[in-house]
Amino acid sequence: MSRTSRIGAIQDRLAARSRWHVLEIAFWLAALSTYYLLPGKHLILTEIAILALFALSLDLILGYAGIISLGHAAFFGFGAYVAGLLAVHGIITEPLLALLASGLAAMLLGFVTSFLVLRGSDLTRIMVTLGVALVLRELANRNGWLTGGADGLQGVEIKPLLGLFRFDMFGRTAYAYSLGVLFVLFLLARRIVNSPFGLSLQSIKGNPLRAAAVGIPVNRRLVAIYTIAAGYAGIAGALLTQTTAFASLDVFAFDRSADLLLVLIIGGTGYLYGGLIGALVFKLMQDYISALTPQYWPFWIGLLLVVIVLVGRERITSWTTPIRALASRLDWRADRRRAQLAPGSHP
Amino acid sequence: MLTILFDGIAYGMLLFVLACGLAVTLGLMNFVNLAHGAFAMAGGYCLVVLVNRYGVPFFAALPLAFLFSAVLGFVLERTLYVHVYRKPHLDQVLFTIGLVFMSVAGVDYVMGSGQVFARLPSWLEGQFQVFGVGLGRYRLLIIVICGLLTIALQLILSNTRFGSRLRASVDDARVARGLGINVSGVFALTFAFGSGLAGLGGALGVEILGLDPTFPLKYMIYFLIVVTVGGTSSITGPFLASLLLGIGDVAGKYYVPTLGAFVIYTIMIVVLIWRPQGLFARGAAR
Repeated sequence: MSRTSRIGAIQDRLAARSRWHVLEIAFWLAALSTYYLLPGKHLILTEIAILALFALSLDLILGYAGIISLGHAAFFGFGAYVAGLLAVHGIITEPLLALLASGLAAMLLGFVTSFLVLRGSDLTRIMVTLGVALVLRELANRNGWLTGGADGLQGVEIKPLLGLFRFDMFGRTAYAYSLGVLFVLFLLARRIVNSPFGLSLQSIKGNPLRAAAVGIPVNRRLVAIYTIAAGYAGIAGALLTQTTAFASLDVFAFDRSADLLLVLIIGGTGYLYGGLIGALVFKLMQDYISALTPQYWPFWIGLLLVVIVLVGRERITSWTTPIRALASRLDWRADRRRAQLAPGSHP
Repeated sequence: MLTILFDGIAYGMLLFVLACGLAVTLGLMNFVNLAHGAFAMAGGYCLVVLVNRYGVPFFAALPLAFLFSAVLGFVLERTLYVHVYRKPHLDQVLFTIGLVFMSVAGVDYVMGSGQVFARLPSWLEGQFQVFGVGLGRYRLLIIVICGLLTIALQLILSNTRFGSRLRASVDDARVARGLGINVSGVFALTFAFGSGLAGLGGALGVEILGLDPTFPLKYMIYFLIVVTVGGTSSITGPFLASLLLGIGDVAGKYYVPTLGAFVIYTIMIVVLIWRPQGLFARGAAR
């Protein structure tokens, strides 16, 4: 096989990754249809959308850059409080702008703390991320004059979206808003991970030493993706504040970070939809179990985690493999390309 | 001032007994056991049940708490943990968090969610004065017990055959295995013993740390601080780290109560950045 045609094949493969599959389009159409078809479920759907965005954020660093974080709630909580404070003090009253501002603030925090996760092993990262979340929680707890301390941030009043759409008590606006933000940020994430930047991240995850050897600036890339992911988490937190008009210390809770890992494990890491599907499954499960045993549902979550690990994560997420296989079969463009290539060449 | 130092030392000693098992687990198998606190909680509840419900004397209940946690640790290690050692850190973290959640909710279900106390023998309550310094009797007891334990541990590690096998396994498990040391056997025993120590610590700590079902979550970070600051290659490291943490925490809460636990978290992060292998470690073993 000649050199140019091999390069061409690689280019084709890379381009195929970023094409839209039929199933992806179907997924988003289904998500959109829930707005019209399930009007009574908008509150939980909003929660799912927010959790999905949060999981998407963790997927960016865990699934694509291989950074284990046990304190991702730090950015979620930071964004939540920033959005709350902006609304309480009337600094930025337009929700969308406030959302952006919260995301930027969380990005700034992510940028500063990213230098902490560059060093050391997995264990050090776990500890540092956990520590950062704890420090923030403690800060929010102690500075009651600003954050309301353990009582939470009271008196958050969210102005109409774009000055037009009021947040109603049935959560119609909230859901449309959350879903819209999720979609836009998903598009952005999709663009990011399919770009050369995203590919370089995956090579870092595969082997940092080799990645550095082929000229990828490992640390700078990690800082960049950590900052972006922090921004995503901050926006998710801000969405929570804006849709519930409340922020409490709970946003920094360790459980939130731990649950998030579970969400991502249910859905699978490293293909972006894992967080979305995981959030859906997790919330439905949480809704169901906590209706049965409100106080003890962490037990079942714990059991699930233990079973998942013992059975093997690969096998758990393998339920998505047939779907992915179906997706590639449905992608007629991929088939056509395969037919064009000479037999024996690399598919 | 001296009272704070004294309380801090007692607290630190207690933390050491609680956390030293974790240090060995981490150093030996490179295994992240976030569920270590669950074994401490098991010991604590064992003591409370024995003393309050069955009227077992306090001092008889302490070794029983040790035994209970040790057996629990041994059984769990042989049945569940062995499958997870070779998995990536992410799996280990998920697995042990799962155990923590299960233990928290399970204990909540069985024992109720409130804080529990154990009845102490009356002669352990109160203080006595030494040169004008008020020393709590119970804390003195903790210092004595934990001090003896530490010395015993050090002697076991440095002078017995088992100790040298353990040290060899920590330094290089592969070579140790090649020399005919049954590393997984050593590990199972150490895990059980570490869990037992955690149980004993939990039992001793009922009075000082408080005990409720969220114990494993609340103190997880403390154990991790001890281990990361102290390093995992010896027991002197975690010991000094525990003392530092204990004194720092007590003094911090006394002098700057507004900052609360903020101080130690910050210290931890700074230490991790400055020396990721731990303050007292000999450098990277792995």
